[in-house]
Amino acid sequence: MAQKAIREYDAKSILARHWDKYFPDFTYSYETVLVQNGAELKEAAKENTWLNEKTLVAKPDMLFGKRGKNGLVLFKDQKPGDVTLEKAASWIDEKCSEKQEVYFSFDGDTPQGEPSVDMLTHFIVEPFTPHSQEEEYYISATCVGDEDMLYMSAEGGMEVEEGWDEKVTEVAFKITDTEEEIAQKIKANIPADVAEGDKENFAKFAIGFFKAYRELNFAYLEINPFVLQGNKVELLDMVAKLDDTAGFMMTSEWGDVEFPTSFGMEEKSPEVLAVEEADAKTGASLKLTLLKPEARIWTMVAGGGASVVYADTIADMAGIDDLANYGEYSGGPTTGETKFYAETIFDLMTREPDAQGRGKVLIIGGAIANFTDVAKTFTGIIQAFENYQDKLKAVDTKIYVRRGGPNYEKGLKDIKEAADRMGLYIEVYGPETHVTDIVRMALEK
Amino acid sequence: MSKLFTKDTQAIFWNNNKTAIQRMLDYDYTIKREKPSVAAIVAPTSSNKFEKFFYGADEIMIPLYKSTAEAKAAQPQADVLLNFASFRTAYNVTMEALEIGGFKTIMITAEGIPERLARGMNTKARELGVTVIGPATVGAIAPGAFKIANIGGTIDNIINSKLHRAGSCGLVTRSGGLFNELSNIIAINADGIAEGVAIGGDRFVGSVFIDNLLRMEENPDVKYMILLGEVGGTEEYKVIEAVKSGKIKKPIIAWCIGTIAKYYDSGVQFGHAGASANGEMETAEYKNNAMAEAGIHVPATFNDLPAKIKEVFESLNLDPIPEPEINIVPKVRRPKQFICTISDDRGEEATYAGFPISSVATPDTGKGIGDVISLLWFKKQYPKWATEFIETVIKTVADHGPAVSGAHNAKVTARAGKSVVESLVTGLLTIGPRFGGAIDGAAKYFKYADDNNLSPKEFLGYMKKQGIPIPGIGHRIKSLKNPDLRVTGLMNYAAEHFPSTPLLDYARTVEALTTSKKENLILNVDGTIGILMVDMWRALGYSEEEINEFIESGTLNAFFIVGRSIGFIGHVLDEKRLAMPMYRHPMDDILYDVQKAEKI
Repeated sequence: MAQKAIREYDAKSILARHWDKYFPDFTYSYETVLVQNGAELKEAAKENTWLNEKTLVAKPDMLFGKRGKNGLVLFKDQKPGDVTLEKAASWIDEKCSEKQEVYFSFDGDTPQGEPSVDMLTHFIVEPFTPHSQEEEYYISATCVGDEDMLYMSAEGGMEVEEGWDEKVTEVAFKITDTEEEIAQKIKANIPADVAEGDKENFAKFAIGFFKAYRELNFAYLEINPFVLQGNKVELLDMVAKLDDTAGFMMTSEWGDVEFPTSFGMEEKSPEVLAVEEADAKTGASLKLTLLKPEARIWTMVAGGGASVVYADTIADMAGIDDLANYGEYSGGPTTGETKFYAETIFDLMTREPDAQGRGKVLIIGGAIANFTDVAKTFTGIIQAFENYQDKLKAVDTKIYVRRGGPNYEKGLKDIKEAADRMGLYIEVYGPETHVTDIVRMALEK
Repeated sequence: MSKLFTKDTQAIFWNNNKTAIQRMLDYDYTIKREKPSVAAIVAPTSSNKFEKFFYGADEIMIPLYKSTAEAKAAQPQADVLLNFASFRTAYNVTMEALEIGGFKTIMITAEGIPERLARGMNTKARELGVTVIGPATVGAIAPGAFKIANIGGTIDNIINSKLHRAGSCGLVTRSGGLFNELSNIIAINADGIAEGVAIGGDRFVGSVFIDNLLRMEENPDVKYMILLGEVGGTEEYKVIEAVKSGKIKKPIIAWCIGTIAKYYDSGVQFGHAGASANGEMETAEYKNNAMAEAGIHVPATFNDLPAKIKEVFESLNLDPIPEPEINIVPKVRRPKQFICTISDDRGEEATYAGFPISSVATPDTGKGIGDVISLLWFKKQYPKWATEFIETVIKTVADHGPAVSGAHNAKVTARAGKSVVESLVTGLLTIGPRFGGAIDGAAKYFKYADDNNLSPKEFLGYMKKQGIPIPGIGHRIKSLKNPDLRVTGLMNYAAEHFPSTPLLDYARTVEALTTSKKENLILNVDGTIGILMVDMWRALGYSEEEINEFIESGTLNAFFIVGRSIGFIGHVLDEKRLAMPMYRHPMDDILYDVQKAEKI
């Protein structure tokens, strides 16, 4: 995936690092810290004296929004703007000590759907900034279709999200637009409701913002709200995604940026982590996602496109409750890599028998390979059969194979002979059989 | 342009990806193309001039160039660039090719080019009317005409999937892996494809579904089209628009894969970087329904796609396509250890660069040793004035008496009782930077000075800085007043027969300066030969790079070696004739100064 979300703290740090280039007419104090617990916050106060001197705001920094509605923004102890370092540290310790429920969508103030439950591990702490509602503005940029879009509003905060169509001015830019054209378009489209005295500054800020968005390879960049007080800017809340394919040319621009997994995402299992590690070491591609490990249909599919159509077909014919995993091995993996990948899947699928007493199904599928040597990869699968034959039989596994490409005849013959010799149930098909037709055959048994 | 490629299309392949290029050439051989589909390879870090590939059982050489610009200049007819650079450099390679111009199609294989760069690159190509295939693609194919790199897989699969000759389907997919699969399905259920493109899996690709389908609509070989889309993006809606507005009239069969994505939240990425639905409209299911409503043939599931293809194809009632004869690529091939491009002894009579020996050997042919040298050294027929100049040079350098080091060595060796060849090579082994090498050096440095427009004074300053006396300048006794008649002869010949002598003219201005300092600092015979050789090659139309290459590879020395061998052999035969005894150098001619070695 090319577009990856980053923490609010990192987004602010990237802008702060390049502040004078994009916002030479404005000042930004960049008073912000990222901590994992109260003790870290107190430690941070030794270097960042403002943590002791000012009252604070604390909130989780874990890629999800609606933190206010979830009751996860600390800005008052007794009254707004009175949060001390001590209070912030104890609040953070309380919030990170046990799993928290977070709702991602709301209707008004009423949460919608099921909450995600997970530990809060990262918090951003900043000074409390007193300001009036009129000083709050909204700005964001992203790419829609082939164009870059800039969204600006004279109203920030929750207001803008709930009245998008009336309150937001949209400006579209071609990738080829020059800096002059961009500046002109922005100047011509400053929202009418921006205070007259702020209009010029708003335009200057928006031009710098959009330039930063383009040049620093953000895929999405939002400040909601930002506060304009003359030439002083406060970035109260930010959301950002980076185009991580640009990482190789942005190493110094982005600095040490982290791409965390989102809150509530299940912890990756050791097997998935092992496959990821193997994938990183090879020029081939090894991918594994566990969807429902107790389900009865397991896939071991070669090729990205083919893995999608197998998943589609299983969902259509059996329903997703029967689909255990999604993944692919492709790009010419070695025999050893294929063996490792196969054993990982065999191990997972043979841990428990099917709850309803049915046999398990193993789909060894794939389209017609462009250059992967089928016999070589199948040798790896056969070696995995050797080690897992008893376990595979114990969960009554039926194996369906379909594959084409370089050396496929030998690959199919070898795997059939090996399975027969070991007494494993197997059916084997080549390019004359439609790629996903083995799913139908498996389900008809 | 209704067809992406023809049987004459040639490509420049950026990156020396030998397996992929061999697959293209195997395909070319199979379908009996006249010219190989790869005209040139760009290999920036290679110092080789060409790469060998099999063409059937034989081998052919494909030239290697250091840059796209050089390759394009040498092979201007090649209008397809196959950009196999990594994701780090693929953008620069594409942009450079767009600058250079003359490319109709650029295919980019790298996955994960930064999105902003990809967008800029695709937009620029579109403005210039260049079709971009990819990034992140396995390529495209026009069966029976031209195939990019690995698309279609092995040659066996290509024939099984009928990708060796044009069928009647236009195929566009996002996935490269499923492209092969679709070709196979189409071969089984219909009559193969006329043109196929895998547009690539990245979020921003150059040519999209609609670009390819609109071209296929114009292509008379395409009777119907198949589109295999994917969850994510809105490109399929442009196709729906074109069908609704009547821009596309040919039947389309279409399916978007990734219907499963709706069951999972955005955490699970099914398929490519481009495959992620933002909103309901981008789901596979929604797109499949919308396409069906627009009158596109959409099967119930991917598993039903073959039956749908068969149904639509049969309803068209097309004439059967004749199966063309094909070449069979041999299973076992052995690369050749040696290459020869100058002579051939396989026919009735051995040839020099295509000319039977008898056609250049006897006097009645009017050919001399200069002609033979021009054929065997340069693979060209030089005009009379040039071959006679070469002969003049050889005659001029044939000998310079017994005292020069090479002749002396040859004589000493002959007197030791060694054979002609042994004696000759001891003489030849002295030829180098100090003996005979001034020809090379003069050509090299005078050409450098002339190329860089150095005034004679600047040239002298440059050589002083290098710490080298100017090669080709200076004689033991001769001066302007007492000229070397060999030099005069060469200059007179050049003045009379050469079209022009720019480097000699320059060298004379240098000589005017050096002789003003010291009388005997004249242009000597080595210098004159080296300089006039450069003038000869310039007049024959060689590029400056080619001439530099002649100098670098020691071609000028070779004239001296050939000429002086005549003299050395003369000295050796002279010794044999005289039956001179073993030579021992007189001791009184040696300064002995031997100290006792100290301990350390």
